Amino acid sequence: MATTTGTAEPAALAAGEGVRRRDFIEIAAVSAAGIGALGTLVPLISQMAPSKDVLAESTTEIDLSAIQPGQAIKAVFRKQPLFVRNLTQQEIAAANAVAVDSLRDPQTLQERTKEGHDNWLITMGVCTHLGCVPLGASEGEIKGEFGGYFCPCHGSAYDTAGRIRKGPAPKNLEVPEYEFNTDTKITVG
Amino acid sequence: MSFPWARHYEPKAPLMRYLDEKLPLPRLVYNAIGAGYPVPRNLNYMWNFGVLAGFCLVLQIVTGIILAMHYAANAGLAFSSVEHIMRDVNWGWLMRYAHANGASFFFLVIYLHIFRGFFYGSYKAPREMVWLLGVVIFLLLMATGFMGYVLPWGQMSFWGAKVITGLFGAIPLVGEPLQIWLLGGYAPDNAALNRFFSLHYLLPFVIAGVVILHIWALHIPGSSNPTGVEVKSESDTIPFHPYYTAKDGFGLGVFLILYCLMVFFLPNSLGHPDNYIPANPLSTPAHIVPEWYFWPFYAILRAFTTDFILPAKLWGVLAMFASILVWFFLPWLDKSPVRSGHYRPAFKWFFGALVLDMLVLGYCGGSPAAEPYVMISQIATAYYFLHFLVILPIVSMVERPLPLPFSITEAVLGEDATPAT
Repeated sequence: MATTTGTAEPAALAAGEGVRRRDFIEIAAVSAAGIGALGTLVPLISQMAPSKDVLAESTTEIDLSAIQPGQAIKAVFRKQPLFVRNLTQQEIAAANAVAVDSLRDPQTLQERTKEGHDNWLITMGVCTHLGCVPLGASEGEIKGEFGGYFCPCHGSAYDTAGRIRKGPAPKNLEVPEYEFNTDTKITVG
Repeated sequence: MSFPWARHYEPKAPLMRYLDEKLPLPRLVYNAIGAGYPVPRNLNYMWNFGVLAGFCLVLQIVTGIILAMHYAANAGLAFSSVEHIMRDVNWGWLMRYAHANGASFFFLVIYLHIFRGFFYGSYKAPREMVWLLGVVIFLLLMATGFMGYVLPWGQMSFWGAKVITGLFGAIPLVGEPLQIWLLGGYAPDNAALNRFFSLHYLLPFVIAGVVILHIWALHIPGSSNPTGVEVKSESDTIPFHPYYTAKDGFGLGVFLILYCLMVFFLPNSLGHPDNYIPANPLSTPAHIVPEWYFWPFYAILRAFTTDFILPAKLWGVLAMFASILVWFFLPWLDKSPVRSGHYRPAFKWFFGALVLDMLVLGYCGGSPAAEPYVMISQIATAYYFLHFLVILPIVSMVERPLPLPFSITEAVLGEDATPAT
């Protein structure tokens, strides 16, 4: 290198072509520093994501044995309400009687429950419009004109399968990931 | 504000011209740390530490704001929230180690910056204001560092808070009520922790403000240089960018290597294991010392052991504060017209002695309060004040400095060189 800098480079420079040694060093140095600086952004941004103690609460076990047909409970899953509802035969029949194509977010009750457990409707208690908690899970709360849930904030009404039927909400109540451990115990998340 | 040959900012792109008319921020940057700021061509690596100190301030503010997102300033929660940061928060350990070691590196950089000033006479006219503002920054930095160390609410935090606020108790008449007022109680507790957190968050921004004044005041006469000879012509200077941005960039690289070495491989080596024990108001750790960067001043505090007119405790406190306040008078204590220690044969030796004295004080400050350290601290404290109050004024009067180069250019290129224009 040392021998070529004295001879070859000025000729190339005069002709105005090729990459100068100095340009190369400058671009390489600034790029290396820039990539390093970008790398430091990873921890600076990642620290705001849920911490390990928050993630440790990401699954919840629920005992279903005390919930009678027609009853529902509000559990807590990831610091948000979770509706666990034991549907009656009439409610199941009402949900199955609806033409799926006519729905805003077409889904059957079977798609929203687990096989063999289609009386257990497990959904988030979070309205898909703007996140309020719909009424209808606790005793004495109004269930709306479709017998499921009714969100008092902006008037979204859900049916007995937790599907949106009327009002501004765009989607059915979200069904979280869950599985049956036994017939009366589920793990959500 | 600058030399007449300083390059002028001439935006070419229409957007930059528009911005320059409405909000000339790029112009400010250009004139402050860009090609528009002419700097002596002979700066050595001791001139890197101003930029490094600025980097440390940014580093501490960024990591500090992040820590504040996860920290709970409550006596019942503080300690466990720090452990939460260490164990649960994503990269929390890195943020905390970066902040704790960042404080140490900040002080290291600042001490080198200050001693650069001592040796090269950076405090002399026309840069007295730069120096005075610098001492203010150092005092703010000490207050910030101390309050930050209290926040984890471990044993050293608690007893540090107790001892340092106890200093104010030494003041006659108002001392005790003042200490109680500072703490918001009779001992450090929730009230003290909360106000320390509030002030620890505030002061860095005050420091940033004074740093702006510090740089503003510096840019009026321009940077000093290792010869101490003022800039005479254009050939004495080079533009800050790209020359010193590149040199500072290299210095920053070296700094970051050393810093990362500490953060990733020796993160607790400058801390005290006792601070991983939750604060206990009923039991003092056997060997209580501040962080290393306070050791010299801690040694001065402890050097006074006998009452002499005033109580020993008060003497210690006065001496400790005086040891920094004396820096404010430095521009008027050292009257030598020659700035740089390179051309001052006697001063050079006394500067070396001061460095040694500070190191001795530091070593004693970190050692237990027992003999021989107490006696050594006393001698070193006496010499410290002797240096500033007696030796410097006398040396500046009697010393015969070496001949100065005619100009910076001559110092760099030799006497026969024709100054380039």
